[in-house]
Amino acid sequence: MTYVRPKFRHPELVKNKLGYTVDYYEGALSTLCAGCGHDSISAGVVQACFEMNIEPHRLAKLSGIGCSSKTPAYFLSNSHGFNSVHGRMPSVATGANLANRDLIYFGVSGDGDTASIGMGQFVHVIRRNLNMIYIVMNNGCYGLTKGQDSATADNGSKNKTGQVNLFDSIDLASLAIELGSTFVAQSFSGDKTQLIPLIKAAINHPGFAFINVISPCVTFNNNVGSTKSYDFVREHVEATATMDFVPQMQEISVNYGKGSQKQVKMHDGSVIQLHKLAEDWDPLDRQSAINAVLNAKAKNEILTGLLYVNPDCQDLHHLLQTSATPLNELKKDVLCPGSEMLKEINADLR
Amino acid sequence: MSLNKNKINDFVVRFANVNGTGSASANFLFAKAIFRMGIPITPKNIFPSNIQGLPTWYEVRVSEKGYLGRREGIDLMVAVNPQSMLADVASVRPGGYFLYDNSKKLHSQYIREDINYIGIPLMLMCNEAYTDARQRQLFKNIIYVGALAALLDIEFSALEGLLADQFKGKEKLIPSNVKALQLGIDYIHKNFKYPLEFHLERRDLLGDSIMIDGNSACGLGAVYAGATVAAWYPITPSTSVVEAFSNYSEELRVDKITGKKNVAIVQAEDELAAIGMVIGANWNGARSFTATSGPGVSLMNEFLGLAYFAEVPAVLIDVQRTGPSTGMPTRTQQSDILEAAYASHGDTKHILLFPSTPKECFEMTADAFDLAEQLQTPVIMMTDLDLGMNDHVSKPLVWDDKREYKRGKVLNAEDLDKVEKFGRYLDVDNDGITYRTYPGTHPSKGSFFTRGTSRDEFATYTEDGGAYQRNMDRLIKKWNTAKGMVPAPQVYNDKNKFENGILFFGTSTYSAEEAMDLLKEQNIFVDAIRIKGFPFNKTVEDFINSHDKIFVIEQNRDAQMKSLIMIELQIDPHKLISVLNYDGMPITAENILKQISKNLSLTQKQKVKN
Repeated sequence: MTYVRPKFRHPELVKNKLGYTVDYYEGALSTLCAGCGHDSISAGVVQACFEMNIEPHRLAKLSGIGCSSKTPAYFLSNSHGFNSVHGRMPSVATGANLANRDLIYFGVSGDGDTASIGMGQFVHVIRRNLNMIYIVMNNGCYGLTKGQDSATADNGSKNKTGQVNLFDSIDLASLAIELGSTFVAQSFSGDKTQLIPLIKAAINHPGFAFINVISPCVTFNNNVGSTKSYDFVREHVEATATMDFVPQMQEISVNYGKGSQKQVKMHDGSVIQLHKLAEDWDPLDRQSAINAVLNAKAKNEILTGLLYVNPDCQDLHHLLQTSATPLNELKKDVLCPGSEMLKEINADLR
Repeated sequence: MSLNKNKINDFVVRFANVNGTGSASANFLFAKAIFRMGIPITPKNIFPSNIQGLPTWYEVRVSEKGYLGRREGIDLMVAVNPQSMLADVASVRPGGYFLYDNSKKLHSQYIREDINYIGIPLMLMCNEAYTDARQRQLFKNIIYVGALAALLDIEFSALEGLLADQFKGKEKLIPSNVKALQLGIDYIHKNFKYPLEFHLERRDLLGDSIMIDGNSACGLGAVYAGATVAAWYPITPSTSVVEAFSNYSEELRVDKITGKKNVAIVQAEDELAAIGMVIGANWNGARSFTATSGPGVSLMNEFLGLAYFAEVPAVLIDVQRTGPSTGMPTRTQQSDILEAAYASHGDTKHILLFPSTPKECFEMTADAFDLAEQLQTPVIMMTDLDLGMNDHVSKPLVWDDKREYKRGKVLNAEDLDKVEKFGRYLDVDNDGITYRTYPGTHPSKGSFFTRGTSRDEFATYTEDGGAYQRNMDRLIKKWNTAKGMVPAPQVYNDKNKFENGILFFGTSTYSAEEAMDLLKEQNIFVDAIRIKGFPFNKTVEDFINSHDKIFVIEQNRDAQMKSLIMIELQIDPHKLISVLNYDGMPITAENILKQISKNLSLTQKQKVKN
């Protein structure tokens, strides 16, 4: 690789509470196409982690295979990363999380990696409410193999060669809500003001936090007739609400315009502030959230924002009753029953 | 049929039952009572892939000489399944006995002139003694155990002792069981000559041995080895490995104060997810394992390749069954060897361990975790249905409290502070094994990107062919290091004395050892070696090179171990003569004897090396 990111930074870059500047949260230089939506999402992750004062080494990045799954190399270079196999990131994340419940698990996947080969693992990681962030960088196509339609490509959408997709798309957001995902959001890679608070809220969520981000593929799916192009998405986005994530103890200083406000208190006292736009939608009500997403889809709109959240959920560790001490910290004195116990076991086997 | 004087403590009893009728616990009672009389036994459960209704057999070989392999030739058939009765009658050796329920008259098609019949009206006796339908069913089994006690001289106190153990806390169930035993005993005493010419006599041949199945021993081994994350998907015959791990964990891994568990067990959605979880947990510094069988290993191939190439530890217990495809799911085989050794695409090789007894299942499971972490690679335990699901007489399980977990080359925060530049794949010690870090260790040092793509010594993605090749060569260097770390083979003679040798592993061991005795009786002398691990170390190579012919005994069609030896040690295929068994039943000593003696000419049989 001949690309090198310049090390020079403005000397007066703002530091966060840990004393890190934002560049401490960056990764290697992206090798994705110039203008790729995924790079904007990576930048959003960097900004969110910087602003949330996260120790990068206390976060583990995991991904599958595809353009999207390459991105963990392009943010948080001081975090461990695991680029696993196609569609199987959830299982690796599950094992990792079980081994050490104290880290933040940040999963990145794509529409091929999730909605096709990885559908089984996606479904089951939701079912287990694994405490992780799961972002799908959704561009409706297979970029790395040159533009084939994916299972999230809309029926009738045209790809770069002019071929029309014959099949209905899988709607990951409504599917996630239906499966019981305890945090479901949708956003657009071009909308940083919405995306960054969503990432923050997802990191803070005590269970499975899913964000489906429409992220146009500039090379293979940004043409006229595509429903995942920049132009189409910009014209068809409908936000559920403007939103801000307010960490614990921090003063609320966001100005809201007209409409009703909604506060969602998280387990640790932090607050998600929502300024609702759609009157018939309640982020705490699954049924209403599914209806809102499907109604928008029927109108050819993409509903964005926090769609559904259950702040009081119980994650996998809670369900399995695992020890508060991370399992990977337990030593032989706790784990090994010893020779005297084995004598008893032997005696029972005679 | 002339009476054989050696028939004391030397016979085979087979039970023909219907699956799901409670026969398993009655049959176990029979086997365990003989075990408690100090006599070596080998029980085998021959069961269908079904929960209720199909034929199932239980076979117990009693052997004064301590031969624990299977033996052909049924001396006494306990036939309580009309479905399989024709085949059951046919399988009794001439002069043997056929015990059956004569509540209804036996049809003439079941009559053979050359065997003896013992008719007991089991159904009528049960109907008379018990009113409840379920009891009538269950106690039929206990009555025939009572009959066998009389026919074979099983000590009544041994049976009583077992019932007392079985119904601890539910003592009121004991008298009805004792009554059923007594009904069977009395019926024999009244109607037949007893004991039979082959029967039991108390011995003290077992010392402090235990009776346990290999899967339980593996599960317990994982508890002792400090495994904290188990992920699995149900598949016969491996399911009871994780069940045992789970049960022992309930007893041994729950914090007495908080009630919280020092273990996490996840039933995954499939085998792919199971091995993915294992790899994720091991990557993050927890000892983690899965158990599966051949079809599961097929599914896990992709992830095994990732773990090999990205160098993540993983322990996989492969309880082999009869393949290919779904094969015979409830029959045994040693046919995953090549699949496991080279699992996944590209150039891959995996560490294999071959236990042959429950004691080794326990020990090698613990070894597997050490090896996986020391070598940072998957380790696959090659057990099988016969070892895993059948009870075996075994030396007691042993754990040395001084034994420490060998966690391999892992850098902690203090170590990292001393390192100038951390390179995840930098071969600092020149043994092919590099240093790893767990996520979350150090704020600014030691982070790296684990990937299945090619990378340089600092874990940075590269498509530089030179860097790729250096990495592949280092993996071979690590492989060579592993040769000195996997369990050494067992060599049976101090010096290799004879021209020919036999080579075996896993559950072929019992019968191979017995076959050596049988060969000696025919003046055929061979040296012997038992393989316990792969890669093969120098001793295996030397053993093969110092003999003219090697008989490779294995339980599959394609001579997979022979192939592995040929590939890895560059051995001339003509030198390796296969002794194979692949009907789904455990290999017998007679079978081995037949195949070897057929091959050897008389002159070769007696040749001793100069």
